[in-house]
Amino acid sequence: MTDDALRRTTLHDWHISASAKMVPFAGYDMPVQYKDGIIAEHHHTRNEAGLFDVSHMGQIILHGQEAWKRLAAHVPSDVMGLKPGRMRYTTLLNDWGGVIDDLMMVRPDAGNDLWVVVNASRKEVDLALLRKNMPGDKAEVPARDLIALQGPKAAKVLRQYCPQSAELSFMYATFTGIGNIPVMLMRSGYTGEDGFEISVETKRTLDLVALLSKSPEVKPVGLGARDTLRLEAGLCLYGHELNEKITPVEANLNWIISRQRLSEGEFSGASILEAEMLNMPERLRVGIAVDGRAPAREGAEIRNAEGRPIGIVTSGSFSPTLNKPIAMGYVEHGYSEPDTQLQLIVRGHPIPAHVAPLPFVAHRYARKMAA
Amino acid sequence: MTVKFTKDHEWAKLDNGTAIIGITHYAQNALGDIVYVELPEVGKKVGQGKEAAVVESVKAASDVYAPLSGEVVEVNTALKNDPSLINSSPQDKGWFFKLKVANSNEFNALMDDAAYKKHTGE
Repeated sequence: MTDDALRRTTLHDWHISASAKMVPFAGYDMPVQYKDGIIAEHHHTRNEAGLFDVSHMGQIILHGQEAWKRLAAHVPSDVMGLKPGRMRYTTLLNDWGGVIDDLMMVRPDAGNDLWVVVNASRKEVDLALLRKNMPGDKAEVPARDLIALQGPKAAKVLRQYCPQSAELSFMYATFTGIGNIPVMLMRSGYTGEDGFEISVETKRTLDLVALLSKSPEVKPVGLGARDTLRLEAGLCLYGHELNEKITPVEANLNWIISRQRLSEGEFSGASILEAEMLNMPERLRVGIAVDGRAPAREGAEIRNAEGRPIGIVTSGSFSPTLNKPIAMGYVEHGYSEPDTQLQLIVRGHPIPAHVAPLPFVAHRYARKMAA
Repeated sequence: MTVKFTKDHEWAKLDNGTAIIGITHYAQNALGDIVYVELPEVGKKVGQGKEAAVVESVKAASDVYAPLSGEVVEVNTALKNDPSLINSSPQDKGWFFKLKVANSNEFNALMDDAAYKKHTGE
């Protein structure tokens, strides 16, 4: 694909004027970093507030119970019981329990709309599934962008323009305004930090970004740091930790599976997930700490201490927070306990590593305290 | 001392039969933050254009090719603890290794500063 064929987000020119290095990502021309670079942008998000253009992601609004049921037929979580103002992370599954996509489902108010936020690379596949045997207008793709504001200063910044944001806890959502800009606001993100994801009409995106950028705490952060942040936070990336041949049980996402929905069995792959939860899956997603300085990359073979191949690295990078290489990957059942000794094959040589608990860097979400 | 360049963005500085080797400012800028470097062992014989070192940015690993044939006589051990020297000082403190050069004609055939600038479109 030539660069000309790449799609552009509303903020494309804004990225260029902010000295972004643009790269192709999921069919879009996206900023991988700005002038400060990935490591500085990563630290800025952990210490201040990072502004991310994630408008390449898909937003779908399901209108009415029939459309919600269509989604529910493919997810292991409770869809119909999602309370107004709440949101949930889940996966869209095929008949074998494999992950078609991972997504956020969001119910901003008590109305009949369920919002779904999906991966850029999967939105056509998801939409085809959600529209199957359904009138197309029941699964609407609105002309909206998605902006994430992430980091310990995000709440302070947003409160200036949106007092209501202070009342929102992690994984809650609402319709509100930021200044005079109407938004669907979510207290969520994919960095492990407190923060917000903001759905805004495309005609107001530039206004929103200009407003948020007024705060000295806010700097733009590219997809490069987004990846190191989510890896430190132990979060899955579609196409790496997740694909159609991996189940959510293997991906160590059992917490998204509703026990009631599993016992009812009325979603794709339910019996397979149930069997895996009883018998343990053949492989499991784990965090891997690399001993030494050489990063192990996606595709690196994982061997046990005796040198037998037992798995593969699905994401590998350098952790700016821990100042050492970290990775995630899949290992055979029996090798997933923290501190299990492993070898990773990098450029033909085994390097020592061990299973590490996830997340690598503690989450700092603004959770609602139990009463 | 003359500095010469390769199309793969290495530089070589020749002095009395020994060449200092590194990657250019253009290369470090394209790679981004460098977090790891794998250097050849002292005593290793390398051929011109062959893989001699590996440099890793946050995103990916890249090969560094020997601009000249020769024997590695010294490596920059400071890079082990601080690979970011390649970003901050690519053509000075961020040098990779020194080669005892086998054939100085190879050096003369490399790009000079003007040709390299043209190559990178500066």
